[in-house]
Amino acid sequence: MDDMSDETAVKDKKVRAAVEPTIAKSETRKIEVRHEEPSTEKKTTKVKVDDACAFFGTKQALFSVNMEIAEKEVTAIIGPSGCGKSTLIRCFNRMHETVPTAKFTGDILLDQKSIFAPTMDPVVVRRRIGMVFQKPTPFPTLSIYENVIVGLTLNGVRDKKVLDEKVEWSLRKAALWDEVKDNLQKPGAALSGGQQQRLCIARALAVELEVLLMDEPCSALDPISTSKVEELIHELRQNYTIIIVTHNMQQAARVSQKTAFMLNGKLVEYDATEKVFTNPSNKLTEDYITGRFG
Amino acid sequence: MFDYQTYRRWTDRTMVFLCGAAAFIAMIPLVSLLAYVIIRGVKRLDWTFLTSIPTPVGITGGGMGNAIVGTITLVIIACCVGLPIGIMAGIYLSEFGKKNKFAWCVRFTADILSGVPSIVTGIVAYTLIVRPMHNFSALAGGVALGFMMIPIVTRTTEELVKLVPHSIREASWALGVSQWKTILNVVIRTARNGILTGVLLSIARIAGETAPLLFTAFNNQFWPHGINEPTASLTVQVFTYAISPFKDWQDQAWTGALVLLILVLAVNMAAKLFFKNPRQLLR
Repeated sequence: MDDMSDETAVKDKKVRAAVEPTIAKSETRKIEVRHEEPSTEKKTTKVKVDDACAFFGTKQALFSVNMEIAEKEVTAIIGPSGCGKSTLIRCFNRMHETVPTAKFTGDILLDQKSIFAPTMDPVVVRRRIGMVFQKPTPFPTLSIYENVIVGLTLNGVRDKKVLDEKVEWSLRKAALWDEVKDNLQKPGAALSGGQQQRLCIARALAVELEVLLMDEPCSALDPISTSKVEELIHELRQNYTIIIVTHNMQQAARVSQKTAFMLNGKLVEYDATEKVFTNPSNKLTEDYITGRFG
Repeated sequence: MFDYQTYRRWTDRTMVFLCGAAAFIAMIPLVSLLAYVIIRGVKRLDWTFLTSIPTPVGITGGGMGNAIVGTITLVIIACCVGLPIGIMAGIYLSEFGKKNKFAWCVRFTADILSGVPSIVTGIVAYTLIVRPMHNFSALAGGVALGFMMIPIVTRTTEELVKLVPHSIREASWALGVSQWKTILNVVIRTARNGILTGVLLSIARIAGETAPLLFTAFNNQFWPHGINEPTASLTVQVFTYAISPFKDWQDQAWTGALVLLILVLAVNMAAKLFFKNPRQLLR
């Protein structure tokens, strides 16, 4: 089940050929890794997770997770359903605490500063750390235009010129501008699923975004829309730190530089994507990515 | 010979027939009521009726212009009282009071309140407003009707705000929009049509009330000059004319009933336009 469009596949054929011999050892499921030249510069840590434990009522969903997420990289979080992937990334922008019984211990640092510090307003955190959900969630009563800048207008930006520029900039960034530029006043819900998802990405970009969290952003999309979103992730990596939760291991391999494998609320393995998919150091990871369970 | 299939077919037919017949019987009172009101009411329905005030006893002619204005005034006052409280209480119940005891009490009270006989609401408004102010007034009548609106609006608002998917709220929070702005600009906006429908239905409901107005707004034979004087309303005027011994007044009572019916139907129709189907409430 290769979700990529032919075009992209052809583009990557060469680099893949170089990687394939090494992954041939995992027989049951073939995972293709987008090979990246190892970057020479040392990446700075954007998000640091320090001993994160999360609870729903008395049920513990995360067990002391520690990880450092580098700036301007795509980090994929994989694992079977219910392993705590979504819970973890919902901690990153303090969405976890919006669930009535939810609790969190430990710390998450954004640029060395705790997002749970008393001086940090969750509202500000969420503007810097945006989120895209599994199901596209355009606001049904708003037009495409209003949807993109809703994060700004609801926080007091009124200047028409600023907003117009922001709409075009965000939609271009989200690779949606050409498709919707003539229909900006149409309702956001009138777009196709893939367009809606890119609209949601544009909406997150329009605020002062630094980190983009994506909670299974493609699981409700068809393969072509999926490949568009994946291409978009590659583009956005130039400027943003991206953390993506996915059920689709091929997708994790295609889009990410780092991969974290979670199981039963624990972080089992966290390493360069190539390493995780070709030569995992943990037996559980290997079992999972070769399809022995999950 | 007993044939099970035949037996089953006939049972089926009988039940379908019985249900259809029941539905038909249910329509008889409604249709005959509408037909009768139209037949009896339409002969006096003209421009004079809509725009002039009642004539002195014994003189034929005149109309219910003041009562129509009065009913509209009363409904507006009722909306001023009932809508802000009802809508905000409904939002509280759905957004903040999912489980707590206070919300349970509010919900319970609202349910009881919507079942309270309207004459009781009238007595309460009489005690609270008419007695201290020493006169009947549109204000007292409007407040009484407003009291009746509160539980209806509260419960419909709650139900409709609850219909807004949680993902929409989360999406808004994730954009760094604070909770109250999310509720005000995203949740309410999404549920807007639904809430409007609830409001219109509650207006249609209270516009036809007579009992709470009998000793609050009372009645008046002249054009209203303000909300602090006794005010005529269609319902009370119909009541007064219908029990009068004069043929002309009795005819006017029918016409008044017809006008009231048209007003209520118009509001109901408007509500239906918004309420094409529950899915569209969220558009």
